[in-house]
Amino acid sequence: MSSAAKRALIAPIVDDNPVTLHVLGICSALAVTTSLLPSLYMCLALTVVATLANTAVSAIRHILPTSIRIIVQMTIIASLVIVVDESLKAFAFETSRELSVFVGLIITNCIVLGRTESFASKNPVGLSFLDGIGNGLGYSVILILVASARELLGAGTLLGYTILPNVADGGWYNPNGMMLLPPSAFFVIGLIIWAARTWKPEQVEKPEFRISEVHRTEAL
Amino acid sequence: MSEPVKKSGRKTDTVVGTLLVAFVVSLVCSSLVASAAVVLKPRQVANAILDMRRNILQVAGLLDPARDVNELFEGIEPRVVDLETGAYVDDIDPETFDPAEAAKDLEQSVEVPAEIDVARVGRRAKHALVYLVRRDGEVSKIILPVSGYGLWSTMVGFLALEADGNTVADITFYLHGETPGLGDFIAKPAWRGLWRGKRAFDESGNLKLQVVKGRVSADDPLVDYHVDGVSGATLTGNGVTKMMQYWLSDHGYGPYLRNIQGGEGT
Repeated sequence: MSSAAKRALIAPIVDDNPVTLHVLGICSALAVTTSLLPSLYMCLALTVVATLANTAVSAIRHILPTSIRIIVQMTIIASLVIVVDESLKAFAFETSRELSVFVGLIITNCIVLGRTESFASKNPVGLSFLDGIGNGLGYSVILILVASARELLGAGTLLGYTILPNVADGGWYNPNGMMLLPPSAFFVIGLIIWAARTWKPEQVEKPEFRISEVHRTEAL
Repeated sequence: MSEPVKKSGRKTDTVVGTLLVAFVVSLVCSSLVASAAVVLKPRQVANAILDMRRNILQVAGLLDPARDVNELFEGIEPRVVDLETGAYVDDIDPETFDPAEAAKDLEQSVEVPAEIDVARVGRRAKHALVYLVRRDGEVSKIILPVSGYGLWSTMVGFLALEADGNTVADITFYLHGETPGLGDFIAKPAWRGLWRGKRAFDESGNLKLQVVKGRVSADDPLVDYHVDGVSGATLTGNGVTKMMQYWLSDHGYGPYLRNIQGGEGT
């Protein structure tokens, strides 16, 4: 594997993560992460859509008229999302009902359109394919972390199996119900971004402006 | 306008080329979507039916993970009931009757009068599809489809009554949008268990079944009719109470249940 290919696949997982670095795809990361199983299906759905959309857009990049490139990308993404949504309804009925509209909302997930526009429309098919997988995995890593934290602390279970026995069922753990409400997904993602930027300080954005102290006479 | 720095002069950057690309992309995408919808449709319909059957079996207490749902469902007898008279109707085939479709048909449905529409049902079909469980030829349980508005959206489920048409056997909700961790208690086994043995009507036939705030104390005179609510999810509990108030009223299954209680249930 060439270094460019390796970069396309690996970089989005930590160094160039779509959620923690670019802060994209937050909407679904908040909505579906109350438990781990639907999150896993969501990750799978997004990875499939991102990969296929990247591949398709890259394949037609030389004939894609500049004036309609965004709408063509949207059409491709929307079609793929419908196919994935219908497949989930056919093969993972229970989970598709839990995910409800959020699979459909992959259409508006900035990660997918962001990658087709910024990467696939300028790079060859093979690289775009890997970039799609890489970004799907980057999104998945964050979703799985958030969902694990929320399900474990909010319900004391993981994938439905009891890890921390609840007080209500005679155990010792008093579940933190707030973890199951949307705001806590913000907190968890915030903590993950904080951790990622402490580990890799180069991810911290430069401040857009700096408040500087001026001497009173200068201000006047 | 700052055009992106790209190789200009691609062949398709003309009006005809643009239209052509747009047309071909639309054609390919639409055939992809259409074929996916057509190919997967039978599986999706089968899934929906299977899910409903699983819920009916569960509320009937017959669900056995080791056995096939469709095979178990053979033991359940669907019947169409005329809700106005409460009598069984034999000229509508229960296999093909779809109450949800009938509710959309002006001929086959009635508007629920606003003053009694506490569960926000809106329109309902004139007929209902109920399910009978038989044991040794005798009806042992009656399963009634119920629906009503909770906190966020409509909760849809089944209420199973014993053969007396009064004692609750079980309740289940297979479609609801209540708050995860709070209102979703309505689908949990622990709460469903509280319904077992509760009664819907008192001796004089008045509906008393309801979800109360907090825990039902043992010295509550209506302990047989009251079910524990969950604090923090009062509106979901109220939604369930209102659902019972409508569906067990004279406009709902009232006439049918009176027939059952009068011994005409078979």
